[in-house]
Amino acid sequence: MDFATALQILDSAIRLMTPLLMACLAGLYSERAGVFDIGLEGKMLMAAFTSASVAYATGSAWLGLLAGIAGSGAMAGLHGLASISFRGNQLISGVAINFLASGLTVLLGQRIFGLGGRTPSLSGAARFNEITLPFADSLRPVPVIGRIYADLISGHTILVYVAFAMVPLTWWVLYRTRFGLRLRAVGENPASVDTAGISVTRLRFAAVMICGVLCGVAGAYLATGISAGFVKEMTAGRGFIALAALIFAKWRPWSALGATFLFGLLEAVANRFPNLDLGVVTVPSMFMNALPYILTVIILAGFVGRAIPPRAGGEPYVKER
Amino acid sequence: MERMPKWADVMLTPLISLILAFAISALVILAIGESPAEALKVMVEGALGSSYGWGFTLYYTTNFIFTGLAVMVAYHAGLFNIGGEGQAAIGGLGVALVLLALPWPHWALALPAAAVGAALFGALWALIPAWLQARRGSHIVITTIMFNFIAAALLNYVLVNLLRPVGSMDPASASFPASTHLPKLSEMALGFGIEWGRNTPANVTFFVAVAACLLVWLLIWRTRLGYEIRAFGKSEPAALYAGISPVRITVSAMLISGGLAGLMAINNVMGEAERLMLNAVEGAGFIGIAVALMGRNHPFGVFLAALLFGFLYQGGGELALWTTIPRELIVVIQALVILFTGALDNMVRMPLERLFKALRRKGA
Repeated sequence: MDFATALQILDSAIRLMTPLLMACLAGLYSERAGVFDIGLEGKMLMAAFTSASVAYATGSAWLGLLAGIAGSGAMAGLHGLASISFRGNQLISGVAINFLASGLTVLLGQRIFGLGGRTPSLSGAARFNEITLPFADSLRPVPVIGRIYADLISGHTILVYVAFAMVPLTWWVLYRTRFGLRLRAVGENPASVDTAGISVTRLRFAAVMICGVLCGVAGAYLATGISAGFVKEMTAGRGFIALAALIFAKWRPWSALGATFLFGLLEAVANRFPNLDLGVVTVPSMFMNALPYILTVIILAGFVGRAIPPRAGGEPYVKER
Repeated sequence: MERMPKWADVMLTPLISLILAFAISALVILAIGESPAEALKVMVEGALGSSYGWGFTLYYTTNFIFTGLAVMVAYHAGLFNIGGEGQAAIGGLGVALVLLALPWPHWALALPAAAVGAALFGALWALIPAWLQARRGSHIVITTIMFNFIAAALLNYVLVNLLRPVGSMDPASASFPASTHLPKLSEMALGFGIEWGRNTPANVTFFVAVAACLLVWLLIWRTRLGYEIRAFGKSEPAALYAGISPVRITVSAMLISGGLAGLMAINNVMGEAERLMLNAVEGAGFIGIAVALMGRNHPFGVFLAALLFGFLYQGGGELALWTTIPRELIVVIQALVILFTGALDNMVRMPLERLFKALRRKGA
């Protein structure tokens, strides 16, 4: 494989990992606070739809982004209501959110645009366009590094850079702020946080809403960054891959970067070489597509390192009286 | 805390949840500018107004009984099986392999063999997540979700590379021999001289599904294993103390659950398509979650809920055909049913409990 092909694959891996990274960090906040979230897929899908619709109506990708956050935030609020306020089953609530988004997006899309659930395609300012970083063109002739800078690092939409910036930010929030300490504590031992006089409900709601915002950005990127408009079921299992990446990363921000890059790379390679010829065997594309899921099962089984979820994850907190 | 009477817990709470779910569905229909009454009329007429409609409704019902029972059995053991979709898909593979392997002389012989194949493959697909949960502590919800995707990829590979007949472009198996075709309910009705449900896919599997309801009821409430499953689901420490092995119960419950999900394939793969195609399950595995929740994890409830979802599914298809409301309306209704009867259960229960408490105080 030559240098140019490798660069192209890496470039496409970065594009493909961005929504995964955002959704993975979203799940990180929620699950670190003790609220399991298998509704990442649904939140992203809802955000993709609302952002594409508003971006089309207003011609502004930024207003689309806000709408995406609102759409995903509404779903997050529902999840919080069911699983925090009413102490319902978090997994069932997540399943319901996935279905709700899957049905509502098509229902509303067909009603508003009459295109079988799609939104009209976006162009110009209604999309997030690629940014050329300073000196990208003048540095291009520099061997190796110039090409990497110009083709790989430069030339992505703003949301890609936002997603990457979210990694150190998340690390800082979780491990260097009081809010982060409390958030992690509420996922491990909510009773102790409650005893300290801090509201478990409020903290968990905050985490769930942050999750909603990040899923909103991920969905907006899908509909207005990577593609030009919303298509029915366009998340295509990315929410579940993000969930897989979260387990892979053992609920840690920097590892989330690594895990989502790995999954993005797998997808990029599978797209580029439908049947990967390794000389000895030919790997079929179906295997490449299933690989993230298979890897997650192996990690979960503890064959390669143990993935231990936050201890109070999945359990509603009932205050002692 | 004061409890409600049992009838209120079993009947009233789910009924109110259900009414809420349908009320919001009606609001959704209103919001997209259609009339809920008109939509209901189209659905009722399309699904129940003719023997043709009933034929399709019962066909879908059959699917949902199997997947609903599958979710239900696992739920009694405290396990949330989201893998019905994958288990039913792999069950279809079992059916195809059985039916294509031998020259079956008659459907009455082929049906039990195919059922064994379907249940075995479905159970095996559930065995791995079950074993991983029991032995390695990996969360069954996550592993069954992952196994849905792995099943789809595996089936895609098998259909494209192994089972596809030479010269065919479709990622599908060869058609099953005519001798294995299951009698349709319409043919059986004709045997009695009744013109019923012509050109509908409802077939003899419906009776297998009804029998499965009965067997699952016997299993859960009348056998030792069923008792152990329920005890384990209620309290794992108590079950452990009583000498019930968590590994054995987790694995048995999931094997039965996966087997039931796999059995669905005799309806859709053997009874309807008569060959194995991609995406034959069409989301029935997920509808099983709503069916089990709505049926309050009781086989009779599952039967009624499956009938309701069969009606919704067929009625939803008619809606898409005759109005501008897309088929996805049923996905929204399904979501609301899961939300209200599953996740927002306490929203209805808490005020009800308070109400009964107040009533009791007044009565005393």
